[in-house]
Amino acid sequence: MLQLSILAPAVLNGLMTGAVYALIALGLTLIYGVLHIINFAHGALLMLSLFGVYFLNRLAGIDPYVALVIVVPAMFALGYALQRGIIARTSHGKDENVLLVTLGIALIIENLALFFWRSDTRTIDVPYAFDVVDVGFTFLSVPRLVAFGAAFVVAGLLWLLMSRTDLGRAIRAVAKERQGARVVGIDVEHIFAMSFGIGTACVAAAACLLLPTFYVTPQVGNAFVLIAFTVVVLGGMGSFTGALVGGLLIGLVESLGGLFLGETLGQIGIFLVFIAVLLFRPTGLFGDRT
Amino acid sequence: MRAQRYLPIALVTGGLALLPLVVTSNFLLNFLILTLLFALLGQAWNILGGFAGQFSFGHAVFFGSGAYATATLQIHLGVNPWVAMVLALAVGGLVGAMIGALSFRFRLRGSYFALITLAFAEVFRIIAHTADFTGGGSGILIPLDLRPANLQFEDKAGFYYLVLALTAGSLVITRALQDSRLGAWMLAIRENEDSARALGIDSFRVKLVAITLSGAMAAAAGVFYAQYFLYLDPGIAYGVGYSVEALLVPIIGGMGTVFGPLIGSFVLHGVDEATRGLTGDAPGLNLALYGALLIVMLRFLPAGLMGLAAQVKGIGHQRRTRQAHRLKEAGDA
Repeated sequence: MLQLSILAPAVLNGLMTGAVYALIALGLTLIYGVLHIINFAHGALLMLSLFGVYFLNRLAGIDPYVALVIVVPAMFALGYALQRGIIARTSHGKDENVLLVTLGIALIIENLALFFWRSDTRTIDVPYAFDVVDVGFTFLSVPRLVAFGAAFVVAGLLWLLMSRTDLGRAIRAVAKERQGARVVGIDVEHIFAMSFGIGTACVAAAACLLLPTFYVTPQVGNAFVLIAFTVVVLGGMGSFTGALVGGLLIGLVESLGGLFLGETLGQIGIFLVFIAVLLFRPTGLFGDRT
Repeated sequence: MRAQRYLPIALVTGGLALLPLVVTSNFLLNFLILTLLFALLGQAWNILGGFAGQFSFGHAVFFGSGAYATATLQIHLGVNPWVAMVLALAVGGLVGAMIGALSFRFRLRGSYFALITLAFAEVFRIIAHTADFTGGGSGILIPLDLRPANLQFEDKAGFYYLVLALTAGSLVITRALQDSRLGAWMLAIRENEDSARALGIDSFRVKLVAITLSGAMAAAAGVFYAQYFLYLDPGIAYGVGYSVEALLVPIIGGMGTVFGPLIGSFVLHGVDEATRGLTGDAPGLNLALYGALLIVMLRFLPAGLMGLAAQVKGIGHQRRTRQAHRLKEAGDA
């Protein structure tokens, strides 16, 4: 049997990775909950945010955590514009079209990135990248702990936004009953775009928290997007609690799967969870909608 | 009447069969071969997506399984490539039936179906990456042995006729499907699955047949790929590239039509080659262009080029589908 000294760090690391997954999934689940579409461009938007953070750091010397105040609003604006300018105009009222359009957007962003920035793996140097804290039985990376905490802060902020503000109420109204929302005078198109923007802002936040300990390549989004899909499906499409719990669970599955099965096969664990959840409980753990 | 329905296919195939007599440049032949290959793959997607309305985002799973099946059967078991091709088609159909049985039994539709096909393609890619008999990440090489008995040809024209025969076969199958009760059931499910079920259509079985047929056809494309290039690795066979290609070709040409994928493939690869001449071999640009094309087509020509042709000919089909859209939107609203 495995010793606790190996198992416990794996669990903690899994939870910390999972928090970032949760953050990415929060954006995806918000977009799904309101627009009822799966945003295939989510990974590409994450990659774009990572490059944003990277260049801000490399060219302007801006710390990734400071970059939050630049990248998050910028990505929000981009998300808003994408929904309003492209996705809404192309759907013709069919959900399949929206799926395909987001796939098209992902292809464009990813391959332009590949064209301009090549597939080199890039990292940034921050003085605290390798800082650790001693928790007795193991060491934990400080930037990853920050990401862990920040994921919960962002989730909390989202919850406040959704439950305490007029915008949140409008978003929930549109998510529940778009026609009724229109009748009471809510600008549905605007709310769609706001939701897409906020969802995109979530990946921007994730990017800022991720880059101190991670790398960026034009393909980096793919690794996350399937995981984010898994998290969202596991947690229940449209559920915030679900995205948080799902993210942490998937982080654990990945970490423990990697420990027991090896790196490559560990990834299969995630997809098997994904397929199993899709098949047996497509409403997820916290979902109420099929 | 029946024979007449197949006349356009015979004419197109006949015309394409004459091309190697005129075209001798290897570059052009290669272009035609790849175009037909993707028409075949697109037709496979078209049966499931265009006719039965189930959008797969992971058709590479069938393409790759066909390719790996033919390669591993030849190399590890010494099976004759012609026999291996037939077996590989069966493998593709089987993979299709398996994925279909699972996802349709559990009533996965729309986004969920797209996601699960994507996930299956990834699972297969990782398995091909880790397993021994697939050669793992370094891939698998089919030994060069240029004999027709070996499904390998001395010149490109041989490969051209092989892929043309496969593509013509896919056209005939699609036409037969279109004229059959099964095809009508598929359309009914595409338009409104609940109503189709209410009419007594066994939607599970119809969709299962669609994905099995689609899987076998995509596997045929995979087999041809393996024989033509004699090399496979997990990223090629199960990569997202072929999944995108498979859906793009019929969307551009016209989903749910017989000639849509063929036309779409010619347009897509024609544009691709033309722009490649302009931009050089820059990585990524052609896929970015695919993405842009996909969006432009959906925005302006959701019925594809075949839809445009129908519109130009004044056939009311386009108007009717638009009206149906409008009615549907009004119904949603």
